[in-house]
Amino acid sequence: MKLLEQGSVLDGFVIGACIHSGGMAHIYSVQYEQGAADPGFPLVMKVPRMTASDGAENIIGFEVEHQMLQVLSGPHMPRFVAAGDLENTPYLVMEHLEGHTLNHWLPEAGEKREPLTAHEIASLGAAVARAIHSLHKQNACHLDLKPANVLIKPDGTAVLLDFGLSCHAHYPDLLAEELRKAVGSPSWIAPEQVVGVRGDPRSDIFALGVMLYELAVRELPFGSPATAGGLRQRLWMNPKPLRAYRPDLPEWLQEVIHKCLEHEAANRYPSAAHLAFDLTHPDHVKITARGKRKVGTGFWEHFKRWLRAAGKQYQPSPMPTQQIEEVPIIMVAVPHHDVTDATLYSLRQAVARSLGIRPGARLACVTVISPGDTSTTDQDHSETMVHRRHLSLMRQWAEPLDLTGHQTSFHVLESSDVAGAITRYAEGNQVSMIVMGAATHGLQMQRFVATVPIKVAMDAPCTVILVKQQLPFEQLGG
Amino acid sequence: MAHAERQQVHQTVFLGDLIGYGANPTEVLDVVMEQAERGAIVVQGNHDAMAVTPPTSITSQGAVTAQWTHNQLELHHLDFLRTRPLLETQGPCLFVHATADAPAKWRYVEDERSAQVSLDAALVQPEIRYVFGGHVHRQSLYYQGTGRSLMRFKPTPGVAIPTPSHRCWLATVGSVGQPRDGNAQAMYAVFDTSPAKLTFFRVPYNHALAAQAIRKAGLHESLASRLEAGA
Repeated sequence: MKLLEQGSVLDGFVIGACIHSGGMAHIYSVQYEQGAADPGFPLVMKVPRMTASDGAENIIGFEVEHQMLQVLSGPHMPRFVAAGDLENTPYLVMEHLEGHTLNHWLPEAGEKREPLTAHEIASLGAAVARAIHSLHKQNACHLDLKPANVLIKPDGTAVLLDFGLSCHAHYPDLLAEELRKAVGSPSWIAPEQVVGVRGDPRSDIFALGVMLYELAVRELPFGSPATAGGLRQRLWMNPKPLRAYRPDLPEWLQEVIHKCLEHEAANRYPSAAHLAFDLTHPDHVKITARGKRKVGTGFWEHFKRWLRAAGKQYQPSPMPTQQIEEVPIIMVAVPHHDVTDATLYSLRQAVARSLGIRPGARLACVTVISPGDTSTTDQDHSETMVHRRHLSLMRQWAEPLDLTGHQTSFHVLESSDVAGAITRYAEGNQVSMIVMGAATHGLQMQRFVATVPIKVAMDAPCTVILVKQQLPFEQLGG
Repeated sequence: MAHAERQQVHQTVFLGDLIGYGANPTEVLDVVMEQAERGAIVVQGNHDAMAVTPPTSITSQGAVTAQWTHNQLELHHLDFLRTRPLLETQGPCLFVHATADAPAKWRYVEDERSAQVSLDAALVQPEIRYVFGGHVHRQSLYYQGTGRSLMRFKPTPGVAIPTPSHRCWLATVGSVGQPRDGNAQAMYAVFDTSPAKLTFFRVPYNHALAAQAIRKAGLHESLASRLEAGA
């Protein structure tokens, strides 16, 4: 297709400057013709390259992206406005977003630049992980994440771009084929994608791992393979440890990034929410041998894995939402004053039940203290001391729980608005369920004032379980 | 029917096997014949054909039911069934109970290969882009991926799937009142021609009452219990 002329009009859109010429498409800034209602945000038009020399995958990519943009929503995708007919002029009009793609944080060849700090890498990573989780919750996988397809808005939130290779569990996967070929960008593609699996949300987590590795050490963990054999390398090879390039980076960051890069999807983070949680809570990352490794994996180990990987082949994956619903982040709000043993007991029972039916769930125990509880002058009430006391109280509370297989962390929040602190924490960490006490007089008092449990139940972005106290001791005592 | 009317359909198509399982064949036919008078397309299914001319030797349970059904029907019902076409087209759509390549052989479209054969036969007519069938009692959508052969997709009920006409599609819309996937709800689909979108539906109905009627009519117990199990 020839370039559109600036100033010309297509289906009511006035074509502006061509702002990007990619291998698959041209992107123009556009405006509605005068008189048409303004959508309230700037627009771009994406026109796929469609001359005879461009492959059929451009057309299918256009179809797929059209399908995806119509049904995806939320702050992490561009808003969809209109599409042109494939039979006439195919195009997609969508929201134009300010910001930089992740490429902005990667220096160009020969350019000298200060390396990113662990904090910078983690906050970029957490932003992208949140965006990915939002996509997975909508039952879709991106499957072509790379720095050029991730935009960071000026406020720090991430937006995913270019859904041409994506798939959505509700729609036929137009890129699927019986031979199960690898579809994706060679540097960032996940091992299971190499053998043709399309639709595993953990493939996106792998791609994010590659990007974080790149941001940290400016090297691609698996290079840019050009052959099928080169692509298969990631089915068995461990990339060189992050800290072998940059010993200044902390072990927790190596742990997190290398966990994303595991060849078996089951050994990666089970959901992007779990990954975002670790990136925002470095103190709670459990550092294993993965985080401590200083030298690359030896020849014999790789050789054994290579043999195992030779037999690896396509297996279908369940729906993204189904997969991530099995590994929720469950948050329990543990009260610390004016609370009976019965309430604490019932709360623990409720948490045990919720975890029991969700083997991969992660548990975040949170308590909210008021800012007045700490003091800058009194040694006994210094922030560290008070926090430490509350953390140990929570650990005691959680002690009887069977937490095998459940990553667990403890957090003290300081706020005078308890309900607000709980809902904000749930929102910021993609929590799927809050378990909290209904408070002895909470429900009755609701008639007169908005009580904490009801406020949380109303404002929380997820399910809230209000636990009523129940005494088991009566039966025990007989 | 009430659910479909709420979707504001302009054209109703019955994909065959109107009767042959249940205890109310005359009531069903009265409804469908009234619809047909108002323009509905009705194609013939294997059970309809069997009820018109029931097998002379009673060798299977199906034959017993067909004989029973035949005896319930009046002449105008039988005439209606007998005169139904095996295959009907309208615009880009082809409707057939079984397969378009040999509709009277009642072959099942149960995998990508049989879907391909049926679709290829339909595409001989250049305007056809969509083939709708029944017969298999399951909802599937067959489409062209990037490979050479068709891919099968299991639709999510209630989700409108874009089915642009530059591709070819074959849908088995399932069965009203004879589901075979462990879910007792009735199945049907709505095709929106502009923009081309296909939505598969599952609708609850009073299957307990239908099963009760089957038992009361003295038909075989399995016909009643399979309704309840959706199997």
